[in-house]
Amino acid sequence: MKAAFKFHGGVHPPTHKTESTRTPIAQTALPSKLVIPLHQHVGARAKPVVQVGEHVLKGQMIGKPEGRLSNAVHASTSGTVSAIDLQLVAHHSGQPDLCVTIVPDGRDEWIAHTGVDYKQTAHTELRHLLRQAGVVGLGGAVFPSDLKAYSNKHKIKTMVLNGAECEPYITCDDMLMRERPADILRGAEVLRELLYAEEILIGIEDNKPEAIAAMRQAVIDGKHEHMTVVAVPTVYPSGGAKQLMRILTGIEVAAGVRSTEKGLQCFNVATAYSAWRAIAHGEPLLSRIVTVTGNVAHAQNFEVLLGTPVDELMAQAGSRPDTDKHIMGGPMMGVQLPSATVGITKAANCIIASSPALFPPPKPALPCIRCTRCAEVCPAELQPQDLYWFAKANNFGKAQEFHLFDCIECGACTYVCPSNIPLVNYYRYAKSEIWAREQEAQAAELARERHEFRQLRIEREKQEKAEKLAQKEKAAAVAKAASDAVQMPTATPLGPNADPDDAMQLRIDAALARAKEQASAAHPKNTETLTPQQHAEIAEADARRAKAHEMALSDAEQKSE
Amino acid sequence: MWISPFITKSNSVGEIMFKVMLALIPGIALYVWYFGPAILVSLTLASLTALATEAAMLKLRERPLKPFLSDNSALLTAWLLALSIPPLAPWWMVVVGTAFAIAVSKHLYGGLGNNTFNPAMIGYAVLIISFPVHMTHWLTPHALGGIELSFAEQLSYIFKGVLPNGLTLDAVTMATPLDTLKTQLHLGLSVHDISDMPIYGHLAGKGSEMVALGFAIGGVYLLLNRIITWHLPLAYLGALFATAGIFHLVDPTHYVTPLFHWFSGAAMLGAFFILTDPVTSPTTAKGKIIFAVGAGVLTYLIRAFGGFPDGMAFATLFMNICVPLIDAWTQPKVFGKKGGKQ
Amino acid sequence: MIAALLVMIGIAVFLGAVLGFSAIKFKVQGNPLVEKIDAVLPQTQCGQCGFPGCKPYAEALAKGEADINKCPPGGEEGIHKLADLLGKEFIPFGEGAPPKAKSVAFIDESTCIGCTLCIQACPVDAIVGAAKQMHTIIASECTGCELCLAPCPVDCISMLPIAEDITNWKWRYPVFPIQATI
Repeated sequence: MKAAFKFHGGVHPPTHKTESTRTPIAQTALPSKLVIPLHQHVGARAKPVVQVGEHVLKGQMIGKPEGRLSNAVHASTSGTVSAIDLQLVAHHSGQPDLCVTIVPDGRDEWIAHTGVDYKQTAHTELRHLLRQAGVVGLGGAVFPSDLKAYSNKHKIKTMVLNGAECEPYITCDDMLMRERPADILRGAEVLRELLYAEEILIGIEDNKPEAIAAMRQAVIDGKHEHMTVVAVPTVYPSGGAKQLMRILTGIEVAAGVRSTEKGLQCFNVATAYSAWRAIAHGEPLLSRIVTVTGNVAHAQNFEVLLGTPVDELMAQAGSRPDTDKHIMGGPMMGVQLPSATVGITKAANCIIASSPALFPPPKPALPCIRCTRCAEVCPAELQPQDLYWFAKANNFGKAQEFHLFDCIECGACTYVCPSNIPLVNYYRYAKSEIWAREQEAQAAELARERHEFRQLRIEREKQEKAEKLAQKEKAAAVAKAASDAVQMPTATPLGPNADPDDAMQLRIDAALARAKEQASAAHPKNTETLTPQQHAEIAEADARRAKAHEMALSDAEQKSE
Repeated sequence: MWISPFITKSNSVGEIMFKVMLALIPGIALYVWYFGPAILVSLTLASLTALATEAAMLKLRERPLKPFLSDNSALLTAWLLALSIPPLAPWWMVVVGTAFAIAVSKHLYGGLGNNTFNPAMIGYAVLIISFPVHMTHWLTPHALGGIELSFAEQLSYIFKGVLPNGLTLDAVTMATPLDTLKTQLHLGLSVHDISDMPIYGHLAGKGSEMVALGFAIGGVYLLLNRIITWHLPLAYLGALFATAGIFHLVDPTHYVTPLFHWFSGAAMLGAFFILTDPVTSPTTAKGKIIFAVGAGVLTYLIRAFGGFPDGMAFATLFMNICVPLIDAWTQPKVFGKKGGKQ
Repeated sequence: MIAALLVMIGIAVFLGAVLGFSAIKFKVQGNPLVEKIDAVLPQTQCGQCGFPGCKPYAEALAKGEADINKCPPGGEEGIHKLADLLGKEFIPFGEGAPPKAKSVAFIDESTCIGCTLCIQACPVDAIVGAAKQMHTIIASECTGCELCLAPCPVDCISMLPIAEDITNWKWRYPVFPIQATI
């Protein structure tokens, strides 16, 4: 069957695929150490569940999923955990991330594991198994598969199995389809069951005739009724999930829309293979097929344990001395590795050894001449020249208005630009700035709420205090009114023009007077049983005190004059 | 860190401009064949002026010279301008027009990629407004068998303004076929009478119709090489044909055939080489069609009712102003969002 | 003459009616300028503008009583946004108000004596602790306003610039200079 639909644009870069498909998939020797990042999937980083110095078995979980959108990470071989720390990882930022380093013991000793019969197992249980086995999308997006193999709201009609592999140099899916088609299809069948999908369309670019033949044969041999292998035209990026869905079904899934809403779901062939290993054999995702190509003596596909340092892998393919850097992924969307010591991750479908001769440095950029070659090749049907204009001027609102977030960053625009403008970089920059701003705005909103709450709280506390004070004063006033009723008021009311000093003095006087009154009004309670002599002594002391009081008063009067 | 994509298609602005210049060769060759080599003098003169002005402006604007001088855009502007002015125009006119085109309409707007107006057409407009007399004296084709100047005499006129004894400029030049048509119609002649005049050939002016054909051949080369898309030339020629056709059908005695309009003046040159300047034309497919249709109708209206013999330059300049508006109007729907609702 | 007058009056009445109708139809519901300005301000509540918090500064800006370059945490971009919003010209920061790298406060817990003065100073309640108990900063809530630095009697609070890591890393503005060679 041939593909019935096309997507807009696309480019035809030289494929360079035949170099790495001459020999079958090879196994790698056990590396000297494994550097396994705990964040190899979309979502929250896995939480380490082993200690430094602990001995782990092959397949033992070393990082458990944290939260719903997360996934598990396992020890790829048996050995001792030598470190859990920040190590360089394959990321555009070149920043380190938390990794578990394992020194293999050479025994490659498995934990106990058994598979299940998927037909006898509840779907929730199957999804749980996928999550615990660390199965994620191996096409490069590394989205947790258990979350994708689920649709409660929408009826899934078609499950797309992505074997397009459109990026130049990469052949890992091609070789997997040639060598292990049966397990791929069995895995796809499990995923179809989970989705209740009616059919599976397997899209493979027509530059992989061997893979197409092998998969077609496997469909017949495995008596898979709902599956059709479709040869799709070779054009980059036909392997983009949305582009492939469009090619196979004619349905376009817009940015920000889930494909399940349109009755579609898409899995990579390698993901289906891993899902089968996990369900039928209980094997977590411990290795993947990696194409090792570019500036090496023997370009080839290897089955590589996750965490294998790139330099040890390259050595097995015969790295050449003029290699100056390594690219993970293809030349269109890949990541330049910050160091050759980073570990292979679930996303690492290809490692290209690069040399200045193979990938010459970019030429200087000229101004945009609006030739619209970028618009002609854009698979998202954007106007890249306009987006470039806005992103360059930091006019992010306008960029969003021109559908910046529909850009899939395939790089086709940069590839064709005659002015050598790094267009995708501008879009990545603009997106990243917009996200950062969004976060800043959220943080500011939180700060504003907290500040307003604090103001409210302070106001409330003040009010409460004031009320308490008012109550006290009221009580005092009542008491005072009672005493005023018997005594002459001693304090003269304050005039409106009273000097603050006068006011203070008056208040002091009033306080003194009040104290005097209270003293004279109060009758000592413990004097009834005293002797007359004691009374005399008391009277004498009182007189002394009164005299001192009078002197103090006159002193105060003198001072105030 | 170097960021993906790590590979690029080997093409460059310079290469694109070069191919456009290559596509002008058939037209230029036919020009030389029918009118003599004087045009090569203006082409050279314009090229040198353009490079010198470009270099001077880059220096003034503190921009690197090499990448911009090698992008061939100044040369292309120079060629298009040289092809739009009479080959016998004095040297200083070519220099003034080219320098103005490069310095004012290109660099004062921000250089390559930032100009609103087509620089060659700005140069043409400046010249036709400033020196209308010189701009209307075109060479007569060899086929007419009139008095012909030798190449040396032509050079002497271009650089010194001296004609051989006893000759006037009018004697060795003529008005363009479009100009003649306009004048004769004003004098009350019918289209039929006018097209019997010796200067007209099969479709339009003798000689000039073949040059137009040469440009059309170059245009096909550009289309085949995907340097330009079909939208602009097809919409322009279509609109010009349709407008001219309607008038011709209504009143064939006063309005010439649409084919006459296609092969006269700068129609073919404009359709394939001037309107298609990417910097000054819309970027969307729909926008390109609107732009070219507008230019086609305007070209006809200016030719038939305006004060200038040819309307191509002013139609282009007018439509250039509308480009941002057209682009804003015609933003296409993106992937997955074509069904109306998102 | 009469006819002309009548026509003119008619046009005037008609246009007046159109104007009146549009005034009702397209009425702008009260201009929440203060809210808009407040939304642009970074909400650090630091008081560096001379007002006690972002809202009071926003109010002053709305009344035209303050300059738009008084908010260092907002950066130059903040001034640009305020200039756009208020239709004013961009003014650069005055001297002595250089934009700083975004940072969060950090309490050296071994030195803290638990005086609660910083807790009282924090405008967003981002410090937890009690009297004679050690205090600590909730880093995710801290706006970096530095208001807690001054009241601390033992100088145990320091500002730590937020370091770039894999979670907050951003793509850089592409710089591909044209090689200036000839």
